[in-house]
Amino acid sequence: MNTAYTKIAITLHWLVALLIFSAFPLGLYMSDLKFSPLKLQLYSYHKWIGVTIFLLFIARLLWRITNKPPELPESIVAWQRRAAHAVHHLLYTLLFLIPVTGWLMSSAKGVPVMYLGLVQLPDLLGKDKALGNLLETTHSVLNYLLLALVIMHIAAALKHHLIEKDETLTRMMPWLKKKTL
Amino acid sequence: MKLITPSLLLLTLVICSANAAEFSKVQTAQSRVSFDYKQMSVPLSGSFAKFAIQARFDPAKLSASQAKIDIDIASIDTGNSDADDEVNDKLWFDTKNFPTAGFVASSFKALGGDKYQAQGKLSLKGKIVDITAPFTFKQNGDLGVFDGSLNINRLDYGIGTGIWADVATVANEVSIKFHFVASSKK
Repeated sequence: MNTAYTKIAITLHWLVALLIFSAFPLGLYMSDLKFSPLKLQLYSYHKWIGVTIFLLFIARLLWRITNKPPELPESIVAWQRRAAHAVHHLLYTLLFLIPVTGWLMSSAKGVPVMYLGLVQLPDLLGKDKALGNLLETTHSVLNYLLLALVIMHIAAALKHHLIEKDETLTRMMPWLKKKTL
Repeated sequence: MKLITPSLLLLTLVICSANAAEFSKVQTAQSRVSFDYKQMSVPLSGSFAKFAIQARFDPAKLSASQAKIDIDIASIDTGNSDADDEVNDKLWFDTKNFPTAGFVASSFKALGGDKYQAQGKLSLKGKIVDITAPFTFKQNGDLGVFDGSLNINRLDYGIGTGIWADVATVANEVSIKFHFVASSKK
C-alpha cells in the first residue's frame, strides 16, 4: 500500500499552495491601491499567477483521475473521512472557479488577460461594467470561502500530525516521516 | 474625331460634376473617434463620446476642402473604467487647463484610388504639432465615409508624465482612429 503521494502529486500540491499564498494577499493589496503603474503591474502579475494555478489545477486533476491517492490511516473514523473528501472536492471546485471568475471578470472589465505578457486569453464575455462588478464580488466571495477551507485543511492536517500522531500529513510531506525514523 | 473629342470632354465633365459633391453635413451620431494602446502588453481600445466636426470635403476640389475637429477630452472612455477617473489629472490630460483637443486640416492631397491625406495641426494638452493623417474616402450615394488612423507618441504631448512616464506599463504609441460620415445633401 502506498503510504505517500507520488513526487509529481506532492510537487504540484505545494506549488499550487505557494501560488495561492502569493495570489491571495496580492489580490487583497492591489485592489485597495490608488490607480498607479504599480497597481496595473500587480494586476497583471496576479492574473499570470491565476492562469498558472488554473493550468496546474488541470495537471492535478489529470493526476487524480489516473492515480489512486494513498489511503487515509485506518484509525480515521467514517465521518471524518467523508468530511475530508468533501473539503477536497470543494477545494478542487474552487481551484477551477476562482481563476475562471477572474478571467471572466477581466473580460467584462475590458482588460483582457495577457498571460506572461505573451499569450492573450480569448474574451468569453463582452465588456459590461455591471457584470464586471458582479464577477468581482463573486471572485472575492469564492476567495474567502477558499480561505476558510484552506484553514480547515491545514488545521485538520496539523491535528492528525501533532495530536493523533498518525500518517495523514506525511502522505504529502514524506520528509517529515524520514526525520522521525 | 474632331467632333467626338469635345463631346467626350463635355461628357467627362458632366459625369465628374455629377459625382463631385461637397460633403459638409457631418453625421455625428454615426461618426467615431477612438484610439488603441497597450497597457502591460494588453491591447486596449478607448473612445471619445463628444466631439464636433466642421468639414467641407469635395474630392474634386481638394484645395477648397477643409476640416476642423474638436474633441471634448473629459468625454473619454479609456477602455479601463479605473483609468477614466484619472484622465482629468495633471499627469494625464489636465482637462481643467486643456478641456479640448483639436485638429485643423490646412491641406488635402489625393494619394490615388480612395486614399487621401490631410495635413494640419494637432493641438493636444497645449502642444501644437504638424501632422499628416492618411485616410480613405468612400462615397455611398449622398454619404461620404472617411476612415483614417494616426499614430502618435503620448509623451510628445506630455500625456502620462511623472510616475506614468514608464512606457513598459502604458505604451508610448497610441493609434488614433477616426470614422466620419458626412452627407452631401444641401
